Amino acid sequence: MSDLHTTSSGESHGSVSSYIIGFVLAVILTVLAFAVVAMHSLSPSGTIIAVSVLALVQVLVHLHYFLHMGGGSEQRWNNMCFVFTVGFVAIFIVGTLFVMNNTAIHMMSR
Amino acid sequence: MLGRLSLSAIPLDVPILVGTFLGVAIVGLAVLGLITYYGKWGYLWKEWFTSVDHKRLAVMYIILALVALFRGFADAIMMRTQLALAYAGNPGYLPPHHYDQIFSAHGTIMIFFLAMAFMTGLFNFVVPLQIGARDVAFPFLNNLSFWMTAIAFILVNVSLFIGEFSQCGWLAYPPLSEAQFSPGVGVDYYIWAIQLSGVGTLLTGVNFFVTIVKMRAPGMTWMKMPVFTWTAFCSSILIMVSFPVLTVAVALLGLDRYFGMHFFTNDGGGNQMMYLNLIWAWGHPEVYILVIPAFGVFSEVVPAFSQKPLFGYGTMVYATCAIMVLSFLVWVHHFFTMGAGPDVNAFFGIATMVISIPTGVKLFNWMFTMYKGRIQYHACMYWAVGFMVTFTIGGMTGVMMAIPGADFVLHNSLFLIAHFHNVIIGGVYFGYVCGMNFWFPKVMGFKLNESWGKRAFWFWFVGFYFAFVPLYVVGFQGMTRRLNHYDNPAWHPWLLIAEVGAVLILFGIVCQLMQLFVSIRDRNLAENRDFTGDPWNGRTLEWSTSSPPPVYNFAIVPHVHELDAYMHDKENGVDTRCAGGQYEAIHMPKNTAAGFLVGAFSLILGFAAIWYIWWLAAIGLIGVIGTVIARSANKDIDFYIPAEEVARIENEHTRKLMAQAAE
Amino acid sequence: MAHDTTVTTSGHDEHHHESPVVFGFWVYLMTDCIIFGSLFATFAVLRNQFNGGPSGHELFELSGLGLETALLLISSITYGFGMIAAHKNEISKVIMWLGVTFLLGLGFVGLEVNEFAHMIHEGAGPDRSAFLSAFFTLVATHGLHVSCGLIWIVTLMVQLMGTTAIPERMMNKLTCLSLFWHFLDIVWICVFSYVYLASMI
Repeated sequence: MSDLHTTSSGESHGSVSSYIIGFVLAVILTVLAFAVVAMHSLSPSGTIIAVSVLALVQVLVHLHYFLHMGGGSEQRWNNMCFVFTVGFVAIFIVGTLFVMNNTAIHMMSR
Repeated sequence: MLGRLSLSAIPLDVPILVGTFLGVAIVGLAVLGLITYYGKWGYLWKEWFTSVDHKRLAVMYIILALVALFRGFADAIMMRTQLALAYAGNPGYLPPHHYDQIFSAHGTIMIFFLAMAFMTGLFNFVVPLQIGARDVAFPFLNNLSFWMTAIAFILVNVSLFIGEFSQCGWLAYPPLSEAQFSPGVGVDYYIWAIQLSGVGTLLTGVNFFVTIVKMRAPGMTWMKMPVFTWTAFCSSILIMVSFPVLTVAVALLGLDRYFGMHFFTNDGGGNQMMYLNLIWAWGHPEVYILVIPAFGVFSEVVPAFSQKPLFGYGTMVYATCAIMVLSFLVWVHHFFTMGAGPDVNAFFGIATMVISIPTGVKLFNWMFTMYKGRIQYHACMYWAVGFMVTFTIGGMTGVMMAIPGADFVLHNSLFLIAHFHNVIIGGVYFGYVCGMNFWFPKVMGFKLNESWGKRAFWFWFVGFYFAFVPLYVVGFQGMTRRLNHYDNPAWHPWLLIAEVGAVLILFGIVCQLMQLFVSIRDRNLAENRDFTGDPWNGRTLEWSTSSPPPVYNFAIVPHVHELDAYMHDKENGVDTRCAGGQYEAIHMPKNTAAGFLVGAFSLILGFAAIWYIWWLAAIGLIGVIGTVIARSANKDIDFYIPAEEVARIENEHTRKLMAQAAE
Repeated sequence: MAHDTTVTTSGHDEHHHESPVVFGFWVYLMTDCIIFGSLFATFAVLRNQFNGGPSGHELFELSGLGLETALLLISSITYGFGMIAAHKNEISKVIMWLGVTFLLGLGFVGLEVNEFAHMIHEGAGPDRSAFLSAFFTLVATHGLHVSCGLIWIVTLMVQLMGTTAIPERMMNKLTCLSLFWHFLDIVWICVFSYVYLASMI
């Protein structure tokens, strides 16, 4: 993100149209997620998977259109920090659930 | 009006505390009186308290760390003495209420205010100089970080005389730390001290990460970066990843206590095991945050005093990174006995054992660096070699406890206490003191006295083994940690030996003080003065500038071509300083009182929230926000040092260099 | 928060040397991301600990959640328009868009406070069960961040008023706030998906 103010191409800080494209995509994805839950058309596990996939896609949309993350070389460190952080959070959440569920089963606390 | 605070909160009935208070008050008044007498308040305020210069902040951090060492060590020797006495019906001299506060405060202070502050001090001093930068990326935040750490330490010490400190151990495990079982203010002191110092530490991590990523001298690619900077980099990453988890864990405990929530309570569906899971997801990386920079110190010291380049620079870097990543994957080994099944414990046990591999790589690298080197047995080398022996033993006992089955026997015993003191004293503390001996002439312009340094080492080294090997033994004999008194005759002789060890360590600390005193007294002797800025024939850029360095560090930013840039320049006859060159005006940040004010308001906020004085807490919070907004509106934050001034300072240094060369 | 720093290379090329402020703020946001990650992990562990109290299924309703989400999404795009105006140096437009963003954010916080007050009134406060403790803490942490963003927006609006040009330091602050605001959106996506919607299935 650090180059947002320095580039003159206008690409990295977005344009009206890119914001609108991002917004429309975000609205569609949000509405879909709400609809999947409201309609009760899928099985519970199916609904969770659908909501998760929609959330993931919407996060990517936001990252691309609103936070302007891209593959530029000047953004390498921003991207690396982000990937590292997401990796750590994933390790931590998955690890926590692994440990706590396993403990709950063995301690019969649920 | 004053919330829970009343006169009964002042422990007038505890003679030890009254005595301590009188002692602290007399010494404090004497110090304040001397400062006033010599009219130094303005100087202290302008040149130190408001300083954004990383070198000044480094000195303040290390002074803070040494003060914390005295407080933490006083706690330690009191505990050892209690256990030497409280045997077979003798209750000792510390009742459980007081004893529990002491062991809680000892751990909290030693980790958060001795080790973290010492480490941050070393980062502050060395990293910008090693990478050829003029300051850190965010000098104001650096000052703010210092004050957040300092006021948190003040808060812990206020608890001695107003109210009480936590009695729940250094990590305040629930449900004991919940309001139901600890209704007093002790745990609240703990919570606020941890949270406020955590803000400072997190900002330090961000600051040094950005500094190292963005501000290296031209030509210093990643694999030409000095090892200490690498370790500071990995340590900063660990700070950024783990401290937010600590913040969450302690904040949730606070929510339980302040708002009656049910995260870790016995009732309401709370889950104490989640607290363990959260706090150790911070706690394990934390010990690597501390020890990795110590590895970095040894990686600078051993080559300097072996007169050889570091053996296996690349493997050293990869080993550091490997330790950094693996340290995320092992947190469960702190609670194997919590009740998780063999899948979980086996995974985390194996992950823990794997860490010993990159650590072993490092030890071999240091030994091969010494191999066939021209070793000078300087005091720094004493600490380094003492570290290698002691840390190896501590690491091996750690691997023993990484075996889940063995851990079921050793968990929560004094064996564990001996293990982590073995790695934290033998690794972290030896490392930081070694670094202090190594970089002191760079900070002050004169060397530390060597004889007293070696005496300090021998007392610490021998004292350590006397103090902690007995704890391994009684740990195997089944003695658990945090016991106030006992009646097992088999333990008593060992605890007497441990007491002797604590006294030896006390002598070690006295020798360190003598070392400082003698060095300052003899600072003007020719053999102690150092005008060259390079007393040890150093390899990295910090030795290329004067001692102490000018405020801008480098008149002309060095260009780096090789690893060990300064040694390379010396060998090739390159003048790194470009003495007599064309200087330019240098852009520098201005000092600011904002960091001090945010710290002061945070102290008010913390103290008021501990005692439920809500109007005062509101004033503190508004003060913090207002100061930050005012700082953001301040346009007068930087200035230029004119080229003539730079030239004057540099020519002065050149003149001294030539004068010393002529002698 | 944002401020200038020393230049790292010799003085003459400082104008080409990008300030580390925005990168530093991004790194700070990553640590914030870990705070939210820990809170999500806590919520995931405690999600079924109702203690005989109400479950998410009984408490949450889609319409209020939809309105909150809509306000936050729209505020994202209005902030984006503000940034575009800032790059064109149109200060009055920047202030106008910041004002709109502020009102939308305020609406979001207002709805959330209202929702919380309603739940507490019904006896489903954060001290009712571990599930509700985790829910309130996670959602309120996000709300607290939005509130900090609101204070920040007002501060920048005041600092922008009466100026004729946007200096680099101000641009950095606007960019940092932009990252902050859009980052909160991303957190909100996870909140409404994994906290609200997942509880309503």
